[in-house]
Parts: sequence; C-alpha cells; structure tokens
Amino acid sequence: MSEHHHKETFVTKYIFSQDHKMISKQFLVTGMFMGIIAVLMSMLFRLQLAWPDTSFTIVEAFLGPHQTNGIMDPDIYLALVTIHGTIMVFFVLTAGLSGTFSNLLIPLQIGARDMASGFLNMISYWLFFLSSVVMVISLFVEAGPASAGWTIYPPLSALPQAIPGSGAGMTLWLVSMAIFIASSLIGALNYIVTVLNLRTKGMHMTRLPLTMWAFFITAIIGVVSFPVLLSAALLLIFDRSFGTSFFLSDIFISGEVLHYQGGSPVLFEHLFWFLGHPEVYIVLLPALGITSEVISTNSRKPIFGYRAMILSIMAIAFLSTIVWGHHMFISGMNPFLGSVFTFTTLLIAIPSAVKAFNYLTTLWKGNLQLNPAMLFSIGLVSTFVTGGLTGLVLGDSALDINIHDTYFVVAHFHLVMGVSAIFGMYAGVYHWFPKMYGRMMNKTLGYWHFWITIICAYGVFWPMHFIGLAGLPRRYYTNTEFPMFDDLADINVVITIFALVGGVAQLIFIANFFISMYRGPKATQNPWKSNTLEWTTPVEHIHGNWPGKIPEVHRWAYDYSKRVDADDDDSDFLHGEDFVLQTTPLLEGEEAS
Amino acid sequence: MLALFYIFIGVAIGVSFWQITRVMNLRSVIADDHDNDKQGKYFLAFTVFFYAMMIYCLLAMNVLMLPESASIEGEHDDNLFNITFWLIGIVQFIMQFLIFYFTYKYRGRKDRKAKFFADSHQLEIIWTIIPAAVLVVLIGYGLWQWNEVMDLSEEKDAVVIEVYSQQFRWDARYAGEDNTLGLGNVNYIDIDNLNTMGVDMTDPNAQDDKQVTELVLPKGRKIHFKFRSQDVLHSAYMPHFRAQMNCVPGMVTEFGFTPKYTTEEMRLNPEVMDKTNAINKIRKAKGEDPYEFDYLLLCNKICGQAHFNMQMKITVLEQDEYDKWIAARPTLAEVIKK
Repeated sequence: MSEHHHKETFVTKYIFSQDHKMISKQFLVTGMFMGIIAVLMSMLFRLQLAWPDTSFTIVEAFLGPHQTNGIMDPDIYLALVTIHGTIMVFFVLTAGLSGTFSNLLIPLQIGARDMASGFLNMISYWLFFLSSVVMVISLFVEAGPASAGWTIYPPLSALPQAIPGSGAGMTLWLVSMAIFIASSLIGALNYIVTVLNLRTKGMHMTRLPLTMWAFFITAIIGVVSFPVLLSAALLLIFDRSFGTSFFLSDIFISGEVLHYQGGSPVLFEHLFWFLGHPEVYIVLLPALGITSEVISTNSRKPIFGYRAMILSIMAIAFLSTIVWGHHMFISGMNPFLGSVFTFTTLLIAIPSAVKAFNYLTTLWKGNLQLNPAMLFSIGLVSTFVTGGLTGLVLGDSALDINIHDTYFVVAHFHLVMGVSAIFGMYAGVYHWFPKMYGRMMNKTLGYWHFWITIICAYGVFWPMHFIGLAGLPRRYYTNTEFPMFDDLADINVVITIFALVGGVAQLIFIANFFISMYRGPKATQNPWKSNTLEWTTPVEHIHGNWPGKIPEVHRWAYDYSKRVDADDDDSDFLHGEDFVLQTTPLLEGEEAS
Repeated sequence: MLALFYIFIGVAIGVSFWQITRVMNLRSVIADDHDNDKQGKYFLAFTVFFYAMMIYCLLAMNVLMLPESASIEGEHDDNLFNITFWLIGIVQFIMQFLIFYFTYKYRGRKDRKAKFFADSHQLEIIWTIIPAAVLVVLIGYGLWQWNEVMDLSEEKDAVVIEVYSQQFRWDARYAGEDNTLGLGNVNYIDIDNLNTMGVDMTDPNAQDDKQVTELVLPKGRKIHFKFRSQDVLHSAYMPHFRAQMNCVPGMVTEFGFTPKYTTEEMRLNPEVMDKTNAINKIRKAKGEDPYEFDYLLLCNKICGQAHFNMQMKITVLEQDEYDKWIAARPTLAEVIKK
C-alpha cells in the first residue's frame, strides 16, 4: 500500500477519508463539539437548581420559547437533563472516546497499515456525524427535544400527551439513536476484525498493550448489547407511530382510554438496560485501557499484573451483560430476579478492585513523570475508586430501595463513569496529541486544566451524595415544593458554583487543543519514551503508517526499567535506557516478561 | 450591579486571553524534574483539601440525613447501610491516601530508578480473596434483608391499601371491611360519576372500598400496598419508611412495611427535631411559615412536567385513632353515582 500512493484530493483527505488517523480526529472533534453542547446544558440546569426563582439573561438567550422572563419551564428542564445524558453517554463517551482512540490506536499499536475495512470505517464516522446532526436538529423542534430522561421509559416517551417532548423531539431522538447504533456496530466489528487478523508478526494476543485489550473487549460488548437497544428503539417506534402495544397497556390520559392492551413498560426496561448497563463499561473500559498505558509509561514501570488486568477486563465484560436488572430492583419485576442481580452485580466489585489495586501497585516505587496525561490518569483512579465504592451500596437491592433514583445515584455514576471516562479521554488526548497532530500540547495549561477540573469534579459530586441520602429525588425541576428539602438549598448553590467553574475551565483545554494544533512545538518521534509500536511511526502522517516494512514485535509492551539483574533494583538498565521498544529483539539470555 | 458583573466577566476573559497567550509561548512541553516536584507537592496539597472536604461533609451534613427508619422492616436497612458505609468509608480513606501519597512520594527525579515489578501472584490472590470474602458478608445480609422486605405472602392481618398514581397526583383506596380491594381497570374510569380510580362497581368487593387523598396508617400493623398507575410510570417513594416501588400502567406492583412510630412520636425524635429546627431557621430567614414534620410519599420516577411536585401526605396514627378515622370515610358505594 505504501508503495503506490493514491492521489488525494482535499475531499478524500479531510472529509471522506478512509485513513484511520484522520477518522479518529473527525470522531474527536465531533465528540468535543457535542460535549460542549452537553456541558452548556448542564450549566443551564444547574443554574435552575441553585437559584430556582431567579431570572437569568443567559437562560433567556439560550432557551427562547421555553422560558418565561429568564426562568426555564419545567418541560425544558427535563429536556435538558435528557439530552445532556444522551449526548454525554453516547456521543461523547462512546463515539468520542472509543471512536477516537480505537481508530487512532488499533492499527498503530498492533502494527497494521489501517483498519480491516477503511471504507466501513469511513461509513461508521459519517453515520455518527449524521446521528449527531439529527440529535442537534431535535433541539430545535417546536415542542422541544426528547424529555423523558435519557432512559426514555415508555409510556412517558411514547405519548405526546404525557409530555410535549415526546412528539417530534422523541421521534428524532429515536432516529438519531438508530443511526448511532448502526455507526457504533460497524465501528465495533471493524475493531474486532482488525485486532484479530491484522496484528504484525510477533504481536501475540498476550503481547498486546492493555489499551488494545480494552478496545477489543469494549467492541465485543458493543456488538453483543447495542443491537438490543436498537430493537427496543424500533419497537418503541412501532408503539409510537403504528399503534402496536409492545410497551403500553391500560392507559387513561387526557380524558380518554387509549387502545393499547397487553404490553409492558417493564419489558422496555429490560431491553434498555441490557444495553444500558454494558454501556457503562463500553464507556469506562477504554478509559481504563488508556490509563493503564499512560500510568505505566509515565511511572517508567511495567503495568502491575498484566495478565490479571486482562482477566479482570474479561470478567467485567462478561458480568456486565448479566447485571442489568440492578437498575430495576423496584420496577415491579419478580423480587427473586432482584436477588440474582444483586449477586452478579456485587461480583463485579472483585475485578474492579483488582484493577484499582494494580494501578496503585504500578505507582508504587515508580519514577513518576507527572505530565498532564499522567495527572488525569491518577485522577481517574481516584474518581473510579470513589465512585466504585458507592456501587456497593446501590448494587445491594435492599439498600437500593431507599436511594434508587435519588441524587446519590447521580453522584455515583457521574464519578464512576462520567468523570472517570472523561479523565481517561483527556489523558488520551494529552498523551497521543503528538501522534495525532505532530505537535505537543502545552503542559502548563494542561496542569491548570487538571487541577481546576478535579477540584470542581469532587466539589460537585461529593456533596451530591449527601443530598441523595437526604432523600432528594433526581430529575426534580426544583425542590422548593418540599419544606423537608429546604436545608439542601445551600449545598445546591455550592454544587452549581463548582459546576460552572468546572465547565468554564474546559475552555482552557479547548484553547490548548486548537492553538497547539497549529502553533504547538513540533513533536519528536517518541516524546514520552514509550515502548509501543505507534511511536515507531514517523511524526508526519503517511498513508499506511510505516514507510517501509511493518516492524516485527519481539516482546510485550511493558519492559520499562528492566534490569540486568532482575532481583537487584540498583543494577543497570538492561538495554541502557528505562524503556525498550516492542520491536527490540530479546538479548541473548534475556527472559521475556 | 449587572454592569459590574459584565465588567468582571470582560476583565476575566481579557486576563485569561493574556495568560493563555503568555503560557502558550512557553515551549517546554514534557514534565521535567521541576514539574514533577511541583505537581507531586500539589498532590499532597490536594490530599489535604480532599480529606478536609470529605470529613467536613460527613460531619456537617449528618443533620441533613433522613432520620432513623420509621418502619420496622427498615431497621435492618439502616443497619446494613451503616455497615456498608463504614466499610467503604474506610477503604476510601485508605485507597485515596495511597494513590495521592504514592504520587507525591515517587514523583520523578533524574536520579531515581523505577522498580521493575511486573507481577506477584501472592498479592493478586490476596486482593482477589479479601474483597470476595467481604462481599460474601454484604451479599448475604443484603439478600436476607431483601427477601424479608419483599415477601408479602405470610401476612394475613395486613391492611390492604391501593396507591393510585396519575399525572400529577396520588390517591389511595382502602380495602374496607372485607380487606379485599375491588377490581380496578382504566376502562371503568368515569370522571363524571366520580369513579376516578377506575373501580369495577359491579364487583362485590368494591362496595366497601374507601377512596382518600391522603394516606393514614395504623402504627404497628403491616401495611400491604398495591400500586397502580393510569398513565405513565411513577414511583411511590416513602423515604422515611425505607420504602419505594414503581407504579406501572397495566400491572399491579406491591410493597409492604409496618409503621413503627406515629407522626406525633416521630416529631419528637431528636434527629427529626434537629433537622426541623435547622429547616425552620432557614425558613424564618426567608420569611416563610415554619415547617412541621410529616411523612411524605414522593414521586421518584420522571413522569412529566409537574413531577417535582407530585406528593401525598402520610399520617401514622395509633390503632384506635386510625379506626375512628377510617370509620368516618364514606364507602365507594356511597360516593360513586350509579
């Protein structure tokens, strides 16, 4: 491939590109754009929660017909939380994270010229783009966008009489998600095939960097679970538009009995969460994969327990498909099922704990290079532990009864999958920016970005646990109707201030990103002194990745600080430096790790 | 005031612009020893901030929490919660300290060499088995409690009450003398004739049912709730009793608990009094009427525009007061026009 260069026009290079490196940048920039929308939305509804009766010019400016005198309407509040959740979970943390880094890294780290199918890869991006466009358009329909929560439980999502957002807004939401799922499936199949078939000589599965394992398993989870959401979405479309009764039964609304008979909303909940829960790991595993790589490289140490890490990724992936019912303990399903799901759910704590301990041991006695990517990875371990631990409370069905759907849940999942995954994404961007754009990001701005973000993230979500334990339900437009929650008002103000500062601080990242893209210092080939294959490619992108032959791999990815005498920490580095590229052959008598 | 705010925003934007341009001109991009040292120390400082925040919240927000369980079944919930919370609290405090302390302690230096430490089966086994063992205890206690709460089969003496939800209000129906609810379905709804809950009035069991807009419960008796919804999903959340169940159109869901304290008794509970006093201080400052504690049922499943204000008062009375109250309610046969 590298020998005969195709003549590339502007369109084939920058728009309908089939090159995985370009596609990954397209995913990243689209994801960032969607992320900005979602963060702005959260800032708007945080204003409402902190100062419910106050008029804001910014609300007036952004929400147009959905506000009165600068105070948002309850319907649009629900729409904002719905779209914030949808965009963050799917468009930013699934497509923006997996799409970007799977595309960028899979061919580069396994030693392939490109994805198995460049064409399907391009289709995958453009379907994602199309679904983003549809989602953005849905924000502007007259009755407002979908507003039944990101979980779109029917009947609320099925009946426009129940909430205005369940009209055209919901239709567009479903169409957008159907396209999104197609994009996601095409992408995932491509990742799986590429990892299985296109590894370079010597790149056994047991020599893959953990990023590859994470992306590979993530893609498998996606292929297993996304189709189920597609079927749920299709059945909901049938119920909404063609009068079927899959999810609806016995409904009296707006003064009349509707014709639906025999369906069940609980069925929808099962279908939704069969994707919905694995989705958490679709979001999280790539972030953990990135973290493994970044922590190991910047600690100048091998990742601790490589095989245990792979096993725990697999265990998490397997368990993730049999725990969905923990979102439904009080949905009215048989309590016996609740027992089963409690059991499987709490089991996930074991592989998760193993991962956390392994990260910790990797830091231990390292030589930590505290680059911005490393800071975000350490931040991820911290938020992953904080958020993961409260999972032990929520996963226990008996305890879930009383905190289900309260702010405790909101705090839990924002820390464990929201903040953690975003931190993983930032770590990835700071770490692989030189690979993407051939330039370096500014470290000082990176430090500012990290410290403001982590302080604000904890400032928002730590106190939020407590308003949940006080019994405050989520998705309330305001809690002023309940005197029993009057004492929570101050905390809501504090949370909002942290949220606003944290939101604005992301501008530092955006400025750093775009300025560095054009004006950052030129990158060297291997700026972080990393072992993996992507750092053997030239800085300037070429089609096919390596100018000559694809390099051969002789060792695993984690030979950092390997010693002459394995038992003596003071002995010299075996290869003269504290890193050994995967392409370096074993020395005579050297044991493979 | 607003002008001042805009000026402030303008200045902030100007300063950030200037700072960002200045910083972007710094061409060093990879952390050196100086950065490692500084960032490592920042992590130490952050640890202080983080622990201060965690401890402050744990102490200061204690008064905000729900008071002790007002149902007998909820006692074990509180117990299990305390055990779990202590456990995760301890793990949280140790783990976070180690993460940040290691980052500080092993911050990079030119003369430092990382230890090549790739694997240890012993360690791996230890930290697989310890969480597993702890989980066995948590799962065991949790499942026992779950089965206790959800098992409603043995209760012959329970008071049967239907809680009925619609956008955006709650109603309740008591089963009457026969303690059996008449059949209900949305097809029987007849607003004009006051049959708002869709009760089949040809069913003999329905005649003595009593429809009310506020829940009144007898202390010390098991209450067997049956939930219905006529339009979308709702969730009947009674936080003081550690009780919650979704209301699903097309099916009847169930939950049960035994009230432990009357409303009057609960108002004298020290935790409740502390919380009420704190709330009233806030309300007084805002010039609002004082608040008096009441049990509440809240909607806790997103259900539309006024989801945030879908509530019903619950009163717990002694058995004899409850008997008087229920006797004074009219039966459906008396209320619903034929």
